[in-house]
Amino acid sequence: MADAGRHPNIELLTLSEVQRVDGYVGNFKVTVLKKARYVDEKECTACADCLEVCPVVKPDEFNLGLSTRKAIYQEFPQAVPAAFVLNMEDCLGNEPIACGKCLEACEKRCIDYDDQDKEIELEVGTIIVATGMEVYDPTELDEFGYTQYENVITSLEFERLINSGGPTEGHLIRLTDRKQPKTVAFIQCVGSRCEKRGNPYCSNICCMNTIKDTLLIKDHWPEVQCKVFYMDIRAFGKGFEDLYKRSMAAGVQYIRGIPGDIYEDPKTKNLILTAEDTTTSELKKHEVDMVILSIGVVPPGDMDNTQQQLTLQRSADGFFLEAHPKLKPVDAATQGIFFAGCAEGPKDIKDSVTQAGAAAARANRLMRSGEVTVEAITSMVDPELCTSCGICARVCPYNAIYVDTKKKTPAVVVEAACAGCGTCSAECPFGAITMRHFTDEQIMAQIEAILAENAQDKIVAFACNWCSYPGADLAGTSRLQYPPNARLIRTMCSGRVDERFILKAFKLGAPIVLVSGCHFTDCHYINAVTWTQKRIEKLWDKLESLGIRPERLQLDWVSAAEGQKWARVMREVEQLREAVTAKEIEHTKRVITEDMLKKRTKKVKAKAEAVA
Amino acid sequence: MANKSSPEEIRIGVFVCQCGLNIAGTVECEDVAKFAEELPNVVYSDFQKYTCSEPGQQTIKDAIAEHNLNRVVVASCTPKMHEPTFRAAVQEAGLNPYLMEMANLREHCSWVHINEPKKATQKAMDLVAMAAARAKLLEPQMETKVPVIQKTMVIGGGVAGIQAALDLADAGYHIYLVEKQPSIGGIMAQIDKTYPTMDCSI
Ligand code: SF4
Ligand code: SF4
Ligand code: SF4
Ligand code: SF4
Repeated sequence: MADAGRHPNIELLTLSEVQRVDGYVGNFKVTVLKKARYVDEKECTACADCLEVCPVVKPDEFNLGLSTRKAIYQEFPQAVPAAFVLNMEDCLGNEPIACGKCLEACEKRCIDYDDQDKEIELEVGTIIVATGMEVYDPTELDEFGYTQYENVITSLEFERLINSGGPTEGHLIRLTDRKQPKTVAFIQCVGSRCEKRGNPYCSNICCMNTIKDTLLIKDHWPEVQCKVFYMDIRAFGKGFEDLYKRSMAAGVQYIRGIPGDIYEDPKTKNLILTAEDTTTSELKKHEVDMVILSIGVVPPGDMDNTQQQLTLQRSADGFFLEAHPKLKPVDAATQGIFFAGCAEGPKDIKDSVTQAGAAAARANRLMRSGEVTVEAITSMVDPELCTSCGICARVCPYNAIYVDTKKKTPAVVVEAACAGCGTCSAECPFGAITMRHFTDEQIMAQIEAILAENAQDKIVAFACNWCSYPGADLAGTSRLQYPPNARLIRTMCSGRVDERFILKAFKLGAPIVLVSGCHFTDCHYINAVTWTQKRIEKLWDKLESLGIRPERLQLDWVSAAEGQKWARVMREVEQLREAVTAKEIEHTKRVITEDMLKKRTKKVKAKAEAVA
Repeated sequence: MANKSSPEEIRIGVFVCQCGLNIAGTVECEDVAKFAEELPNVVYSDFQKYTCSEPGQQTIKDAIAEHNLNRVVVASCTPKMHEPTFRAAVQEAGLNPYLMEMANLREHCSWVHINEPKKATQKAMDLVAMAAARAKLLEPQMETKVPVIQKTMVIGGGVAGIQAALDLADAGYHIYLVEKQPSIGGIMAQIDKTYPTMDCSI
């Protein structure tokens, strides 16, 4: 920690949050909001003179409310930077009449009540996401009485209790009488491995953390009895089994079974746990002085922001999804972004450090080469066809197209800014935009190939490159079985799927067309997917007016982590397909052909009139 | 290469991969390769045991030279896995990497239709036909190279963020370490001793 604070190449931005990220691999532009500290970070020597005079007393967040702090304070003694911070919400007033005591007390004059939040612009080549985790809040599990009984605490609270820098200076006490407990119970998997409440996944660290805690207790206070209630003890890492054995040898009792409930003896404030030992099928009551809930790990509350700013994806557990679980375990699907630590899933310190090293190596590899090749999938405008209507510029999520609608100059694409989603191309009413490597002709050729024979048996499915296509891949690697009727066309974004592609498929006899993209929060192209939705909704109306059942055009959102959902969608569209009759298909072919003809004659007429 | 003024003859080569039994266990790869022979512009079609292996890639390169191929269809696994491999292979054989198209016979076919080998083979044929139809229209693309800024932003100053920042800072890059709280340290700083070595966390 201290190393990071004094490293000449590391610029610490504390009290800071990322606001916005633009750009692409090698060239990200980031806006960071640095909140006011009200204390000069460089000048403050952490002398604590201000702290003595500050009259405000507040619960200390770092010690999870187990102790107090002032309005001006240091998070913890080893804090980096060491400078104090003033919490303006707690401060009595920044006018001397109200208080202003700290200002007076501070000899170095580093307190500034008028300090302002600052926006900082950064330019970076790579980004490492190490947003970490939060702990599970056990309030909802009322059988454990966490909010009811003072002597039921969480494992993180216990960490602060026995920490020599913590509120009790490392003495093991329980909260009601501040006496050393005789018996301590640990309950494992609180908020983990449960389908109904909490989370279905294993939080990875809680078993070993409890084993460590029991050893700390036994090392310092051998007379304290420890009972651990568990489902399975997962001690799979290097050296872990040894610690588990040491803990058992030290006399810690391991009982396989999670207590059904906890009651407090109102007099002694002791806790009575009822649990079945599933190795003996014996139901027993246990009286203990203190209960420690071994709580699980959850994704941080503000993960949505990070996800949207960086267009990342998340797996079913809520943590960030890696580009490939085995081959690219620390890469995000977005080039130039890497994961370190719990951002990608619960892990312990050793694994976090290992993964951080891997992420650093991956970022280094990219930066060392000095340059990166970006895929040649961008849009091109044909100035002959462009009427300067301006639609493309309006829909582009990257503001990569410029059109002067007043001067009527044709649209211009800023290639370096274009991310290649294809939305502009799908929305241009005049067919003036071509997508490199995903041209209209190429996609039309795929549709024709699908429907050349036995069209009635086939489902034309469009899947985006970042979510639905890999979602289908995941169904494959998971060997989920589904009906073999769909034929997939990959586009970079569902925003590329032009209305004309869909109509063409129906015209050629497709019973069902599916468009599948990313969930709105996962959209790899900021908000291109909203245009997909609008376009499909319009098309549903159109189909209806033509007498075609709108259900035959399906729209779904499947993420890269949703293999199961992909398989389900495949089953659903197959059911829909079976319900489409030959007569219906013939009718569709006819009305769409007629409609297209009508449009063409209209256009020709309009042109003729314009010329005249 | 593809040039609007002098349209060249499109010559497609199709390479159907068995992936050991991963694909061949469900899909009749030989039939798929035979079917592909009849597709428009396909002048070469065969199947391999492992197309991504060295000998598999060599087959592609040799066929490009021998049959004067200017488009390649590899019918194997997801492009997410081996598109870079096969792009590099065709490039070594002198083709623009964007003239290679993949059909996903594994993740999207053999693995998800294990109990319907006939229909899976039928689907595989369609997937190859789609890829060949698209390949015919592919055009060479030039990738652009962009410079990489020699700076990293690390979001989060917990143990992982600190470690990544230090590693990269030691390697000489400028690091912005962005942390919400007044101090770096994260959850780790709240923990007393850490397993498995039972030493202090800070
Ligand atoms: S001005 Fe605010 S921070 Fe300073 S001593 Fe008063 S209450 Fe505390
Ligand atoms: S949408 Fe098409 S016609 Fe309209 S300005 Fe853009 S390129 Fe031109
Ligand atoms: S392809 Fe997407 S990013 Fe590129 S110009 Fe068109 S709308 Fe913008
Ligand atoms: S190319 Fe793909 S499908 Fe073929 S052997 Fe390699 S991994 Fe398997």
